[in-house]
Amino acid sequence: MTKGEHAPKATPIRVLIAKPGLDGHDRGAKVVARALRDAGMEVIYAGLRQTPDEIVRASLEEDVDLIGLSILSGAHMALIPRVLTLLKKHKVHIPVFAGGIIPDEDARRLRAAGVRAIFGPGASLEEIVSTAQKLARSAA
Amino acid sequence: MTGARRLPSVARAILAGDRRALARTITAIENGDPLAVPVLKALYPRTRRVPVVGFTGPLGVGKSSLINLLVARLRERGRTVAVIAVDPSSPFTGGSVLGDRIRFERRANDTGVFFRSMASRGASGGVAAATLETSRVLDSAGFDVIFIETVGSGQVDVAIREIATTRVVVLVPHLGDEVQTLKAGLFEIADVFCVNKVDLPGAETAKKDLAELVSLAPAGGGWAPTIVGTSTTVPSGIEELWTAVEAHESFLDSSGTRSAGERHRLAAEIVGLVRDRIGRDLTDRLEKDPALRRLLDQVVARSLDPRTAADRLRAGARRAR
Repeated sequence: MTKGEHAPKATPIRVLIAKPGLDGHDRGAKVVARALRDAGMEVIYAGLRQTPDEIVRASLEEDVDLIGLSILSGAHMALIPRVLTLLKKHKVHIPVFAGGIIPDEDARRLRAAGVRAIFGPGASLEEIVSTAQKLARSAA
Repeated sequence: MTGARRLPSVARAILAGDRRALARTITAIENGDPLAVPVLKALYPRTRRVPVVGFTGPLGVGKSSLINLLVARLRERGRTVAVIAVDPSSPFTGGSVLGDRIRFERRANDTGVFFRSMASRGASGGVAAATLETSRVLDSAGFDVIFIETVGSGQVDVAIREIATTRVVVLVPHLGDEVQTLKAGLFEIADVFCVNKVDLPGAETAKKDLAELVSLAPAGGGWAPTIVGTSTTVPSGIEELWTAVEAHESFLDSSGTRSAGERHRLAAEIVGLVRDRIGRDLTDRLEKDPALRRLLDQVVARSLDPRTAADRLRAGARRAR
């Protein structure tokens, strides 16, 4: 976006954190939300049990730079590609990253489908934050 | 104004119901992006003075849940609603977790609702600098009602007064004794008092204390704040809450205070815009303009006091024009 003479020094990155599907474990998503906040981002925390439609709708209304999906239920191969398809349908290019229990083979396929980064158990917050920053800036 | 006849394409898109154009314009307003200015100018004549209902009160009293239930009710009646939910930005990192969306029932395919989370970005008073202009864009976009949820606010966070047509102050039982209701600030801006969580003990006392406060208020304004008890878990009182809001909106029309209130708010807005502009220009010049830098140097060296420097600066600014 063009910066005017009176534009503030830096505009915060807006990121949506959501948990698609039937999965009640949001501890990880909350920890990531908190880390992104501490890195100066505006984190829209959409919470549990979101459908792909709701996630895409929220991303458009909130005009986010980045979408983070947390999923531990095993339904990642059904839900994440659906989010990507809907984003394409709306002709928006918002980078998507994912975190959760995602086997390597699935991770490869999700990356091929357009997921920009995938974090498994043991990923450091530092790594997640710096990747999120890179993805958001590359999209701007 | 050149935009009067030919609307910028973004403004046209917003008027035609394009939600993405709307969302991006709100971002531009928040970011102080000059691209927002022609859009705001073009849309202003299209605003229709829809009710802007502000919800304020301490954190955790249930503002988001109340708004969620009210939106559902209004949607059943076919009225469209936009919500701006403000949460605080960290004064240390500028970051923010905007969590009001989780209380909001998802209506993925309902285009009659628009929900936007907004970080306060350092503004004090419970709303963001962009909240007012955003509410106006939402008005021009055709929503019938606009809800604004402030930051969980303290006693002096009353900036919603300059934006909302009806102010709902949400409280819960056991926030303090009746002396709290005597204090200045929050209690003075209510058009409607909502005692939420009325299923908790102490609700009757809270309502009684508020009733006493209202009865002591100087007559003359013509509107005595209504007191409504609600619960979002049962839920109960939601209909009464909306009736109270509508009663205040009709009072604004029947008493002629709507236009007076609007005049007052617009005056404050214009003054605010000029103050911001002059403030920014002067701050800039104090560092860059050699003559003004000398002035600042003198104040730093204690050979001039800040008030005299301000007088000279003001005289200089007038001459420069």
